Amino acid sequence: MKTSEPIAKPKIPAPENISDPWRSFTQGVWTDEINVREFIVNNVTPYDHDEVFLTGPTERTRKLSEKIAILLKKEIANGGVLDADEKIVGTVSSHGAGYIDSDLEQIVGLQTDAPLKRAMLPYGGRRIADQALIAHGRKMDPEVEDFFTKHRKTHNDGVFDAYTPEIRKARSIGIITGLPDGYGRGRIIGDYRRVALYGVDRLIEDKKQQYAASDDSEFTDAWVREREEISDQVRALMELKQMAASYGFNISRPAANGREAVQWTYFAYLGAAKQQNGAAMSFGRTSTFFDIYFERDLAEGTVTEEQIQEIIDHLVMKMRIIRFIRTPDYDALFSGDPTWVTECVGGVTEGGKPLVTKSSFRMLQTLYNLGPAPEPNLTVLWAHHMPDAFKQFCAKVSIETSSIQYENDDLMRSYWGDDYGIACCVSAMRLGKQMQFFGARANLAKALLYAINGGRDEITGEQITPKMPAITGDTLDFDEVMEHFDETLDWLASTYVKALNIIHYMHDKYCPEHVMMALHDRKVFRTMACGIAGLSVAADSPSAIKHADVTIIRNEDGLATDFKIDGEYPAFGNDDDAVDHIATDLVELLMSKLREQPTYRDATPTQSILTITSNVVYGKKTGNTPDGRKAGEPFGPGANPMHRRDCKGPIASMESVAKLPYEHSQDGISYTFSIVPKALGQTELERINNLTSLLEGYFTENGHHINVNVFDKDTLLDAMERPEEYPQLTVRVSGYAVNFIKLTREQQMDVITRTFHGE
Amino acid sequence: MPSPKQASPSLSTTAPPSDVVGQVHSIETMGTVDGPGLRYVLFLAGCPLRCQYCHNSDAQGVPRGTPTTPTEAIADIIRYKTFIKNGGLTISGGEPLLQPDFVRALLKLAKQQELHTTLDTSGFLGAAADDELLDNTDLVLLDIKSGDPATYKRTTGVNLEPTLIFARRLDKKNIPIWLRFVLVPGLTDAPANIEKIAEFATTLSNVERIQILPFHKMGEHKYEAADKEYKLANTPTPTADEVQAAREIFKRHGLTAE
Repeated sequence: MKTSEPIAKPKIPAPENISDPWRSFTQGVWTDEINVREFIVNNVTPYDHDEVFLTGPTERTRKLSEKIAILLKKEIANGGVLDADEKIVGTVSSHGAGYIDSDLEQIVGLQTDAPLKRAMLPYGGRRIADQALIAHGRKMDPEVEDFFTKHRKTHNDGVFDAYTPEIRKARSIGIITGLPDGYGRGRIIGDYRRVALYGVDRLIEDKKQQYAASDDSEFTDAWVREREEISDQVRALMELKQMAASYGFNISRPAANGREAVQWTYFAYLGAAKQQNGAAMSFGRTSTFFDIYFERDLAEGTVTEEQIQEIIDHLVMKMRIIRFIRTPDYDALFSGDPTWVTECVGGVTEGGKPLVTKSSFRMLQTLYNLGPAPEPNLTVLWAHHMPDAFKQFCAKVSIETSSIQYENDDLMRSYWGDDYGIACCVSAMRLGKQMQFFGARANLAKALLYAINGGRDEITGEQITPKMPAITGDTLDFDEVMEHFDETLDWLASTYVKALNIIHYMHDKYCPEHVMMALHDRKVFRTMACGIAGLSVAADSPSAIKHADVTIIRNEDGLATDFKIDGEYPAFGNDDDAVDHIATDLVELLMSKLREQPTYRDATPTQSILTITSNVVYGKKTGNTPDGRKAGEPFGPGANPMHRRDCKGPIASMESVAKLPYEHSQDGISYTFSIVPKALGQTELERINNLTSLLEGYFTENGHHINVNVFDKDTLLDAMERPEEYPQLTVRVSGYAVNFIKLTREQQMDVITRTFHGE
Repeated sequence: MPSPKQASPSLSTTAPPSDVVGQVHSIETMGTVDGPGLRYVLFLAGCPLRCQYCHNSDAQGVPRGTPTTPTEAIADIIRYKTFIKNGGLTISGGEPLLQPDFVRALLKLAKQQELHTTLDTSGFLGAAADDELLDNTDLVLLDIKSGDPATYKRTTGVNLEPTLIFARRLDKKNIPIWLRFVLVPGLTDAPANIEKIAEFATTLSNVERIQILPFHKMGEHKYEAADKEYKLANTPTPTADEVQAAREIFKRHGLTAE
C-alpha cells in the first residue's frame, strides 16, 4: 500500500489575474455563501441561435482521440480490461500523475497512473474486489488481502453481519437484486463546480465553520456522526489539493478562467472517482457553469472558439475513459462496462430563463468531434421554454448519434428546483443539497407470482415469504389475485427497505464518500431510492386475468408454473385506460407501502421504474407469467410496454408511459424509444421537426424520461456479425447508453426484439 | 369492377353526422410521411381499386372494419393533440372517399378543433367529395399512380380519368396537393407513363410537392395471410438510379420530385 507523489510542473501556466478570479461577475449572495446556483442564475448568457458557430476537432484533439481509440481497441482485445492495479489501494492521492500524452492533453488527470488502468477499491467489499481481479486474470496482493481480512472490515462484511435470513433468501432468489451490498453504491453527485468557483481553501473554511457551529450542542448519535464526517471531509479536501498538485495545479484558489474552471471541476470529480467505485458516478450539470467563464474569456479576448471546443472535447475524452473493475455477475446485470458519468444540458431557471448556452451546444458537439459514445451519459433537460434552435439541434444529434437521453425539466423543476443533476439515468437531485441511498430494484412480476403461489418461488418451489395463502382455484379471479398481491407487496416493501437500511448503514460506516459529501451542504436531503422491474408484465397480467380467461397450470407439487390464456386483453402501451390504470395503481400502491417503512437517517422513500439492462437478468429468473410471457423471457426495460405489445404506434405507447405518476415515482420513470429513420419523415428537416414535436408532446403529457434510438434493425444485426466494423455504435437502453458491441449476445437480442416503431 | 357511381352509393345520403358510422381499418398515432408534421392517421376500410402493389390489401373491397362514429373518432384524435398540433389529421385508407359522409363529418369536427386536415386518396371517387367536404380539407395527397390510361387500368383495375378531373377541381378550389406516384419496375416505370404525369402536373397550379414512392414489398404477407395472389412477388424494388431517372423526367418539366 505504497503511494507515490512526484511533483509535476504545470504544462499550462496560470493566468495573470488569479488574484481576481471573480472579476466582472455579477455579485450576489453567492459571494458570501456557497451557492453555485445563484452564481449561474446571475451570470448566465442564454444563447438562442443555432449551431453554426460550432467548430470541429483540432489537430491535438484528433491525435489524442486516435491514441485513445488504440487503447480502447487493446482493452477490448484484452477481454474488456486493459490493466488493473493489484497492489495499491486506490485513494484520492494514491497514484502519481498519469497521462495519455501530456503534450496533447488540455485537461489532465487519470484515475491511476496510466490510462484505462483500473484502480483497486476494496472498501466496498474485499472479496468482491478480489473476484473482479481474478475474473480478469489477476490476484489481489497478499499484503492487501491480509490487511482487509484481518485488520479492516469492509462494507460487504458489515452488510452480511446484519442481513436477516429472509433478506438473504429474497436476494439470492432474485426478487430483490442488484443491491449495492458489495460495491460502491454511487448515485451521489458532488457539486464539483464548487471547487472551481470557490477554490478548495474556501470550502475547507466553510466545513470548519460547520464543525465549530455544533461544538456546544448536546450529544446525540447524529451529532457525533456529523462531527466525524465533517472532519473526514476536510481531510478529503486536503487530499484533493494534493492530487491536483501532483499534476502541477493549485486548486486551493478559485479558477481564474474557463480552462481552469473545467480543470478544477474535473479534478474534483476525479477525486470522487478515485475514492469510490460507485455504480453510477454522475458528473452533474456543468456546461452552462463553464460557459460563464468562457463568455468572460471571450470578452477579454483570451480564448478562441476552437480553443473552447478543444477544452470541452478533452474533458469529454476523460469522462469517456472512467473505469471500474467489476465482477462477471455485475457485468451480466449492467452490461457494457457502464459508469454513468451523467452530464445534464439545458433546462430553464425557476424564473423561466433558458439555461441553454453556447456551451450546451459545445457539449453535444463532442458527439461529432469524438464520435458517438455511451459516456458521458448526455442528458438533455427538456423545457418547453428552451429555444427552438436548441431543441432542433438536440433532435438532429439524436437522429445522427442515438446518444442522448431526454428528461422533463418542466416536471422535475417543480420538485427539485433549477439546479438539480441526474444521478445515473433518471434520478434527479439538487446539486450539493441532496443525495440518495441507491436501492436497485425489486421484481414486481415475480412478486405477482408469489401472490398466486402463497410466497413460494415459481421456479424452485421454495417458501420465500412467511407462509401466505395461495390461490387454490383453477381460473384466476382479478379481485382475489389483487388482494393476494397487496399482501405480497406488504412483505416485499418491508423486506426490501430493511435490506436497504442495513446496506446504507454499513456503506456510510465502512465505505464513505468523503470527497463527494465534502461538496455538499451541511444539511443534506436523503432519499431511500427503491425501484421496480417488470412493471408492464405486472400490469398486463392482471389485465389478462380481468379481460380474458386465465387458467392455472400446476406442477406435481401444486405450484402454479404456467397459465393458459383464452381470449384477448388490453396490453399496457396502447393508451388504453383499462390496463394503464392497473399500472398506475400498482406504482402508487407499492409507493404507499414503501412510504410506511422506517428508514436509515430518516431518508425519504422514493422509487424508480428503471432496469437499465437488468430486465434481461430479471426475466431470466422469472417463470411463466399470466400475461403469456414465457419463463426466462426478458421484461420490457424500465417502464416500457412489453416487446411488440404496443401496436397503436409510438404516440399511444408514450401516452401510456406518461400516465405513470411521477409523484409516486420521484426517482424516475425510464422509457426507451426506438424508431427507424424513415419512419421519422422523408427529409432530414422533417425528421428533425417530427422528433422535436414528438418530444414536445411527450413532455407536455408529463412523460418523465425518454431514450431516443434512431437506426435500422439491420444495422444492429450487421453489428452482431461484424462488431469490428461498429466500434462506436451506441444504443440507448433504459436510462443509459451502451456500446452495442459490448453487450452480451442475450442483451443484443433483447435490443433487437424490442418494438421498433415504423418497421 | 365497380364504377365510381356504384362505389359511392352514399353520394345522395344526407344523414346528419351523428348518425354516420365509419368503418375504420386501423390507426397510426404517429404518421410522419402522410402530410406535414406529426399526424394521426386514420385508415378507413374499403377500396374500389385493386392496385397490384397495394400494401393494405386487407382494406380493399367493401368497407368492413371497426364501426366508429365521427364523434368517437375525434374524441380519440384529440387525445393526441399535444403531439399533432404542428401536424394534424390524415384520413387515409383504403379509399376514404368510399365513405364520404363519415369523412365529411370528421373533417368538419377536426377543423373545429383547429387541426390541419389531409385527405389521402386515389381521387378515383373524387366526385363523391362534395364542396363541404373539400372546404374542410387543407391538403390532398393525390396518389395518381400512372399517367398513361392503359397502364393505370392495368395497375389499378379502374380508369384514370376521374382522378384527373378531381385534380383539376382541387386546383380550381385552391386546395394544395402532394402528387404521389409509386414507381414499380416493369409496371409503372415506363418513361412515357411518368412523362404523362409530369405533363399533367405542369397544367396544375396547386401542386406543392411531387413524391416518387419506390415500390416495396412490406405488404406481401397480407396477401399470403388472405390467400390472395401477389402478382409482384418477383418484382424487385427500384434501385436508386431508377428512382433518380424518374426524378429526371420531372426535372425536364421544371418540376422537383422527391
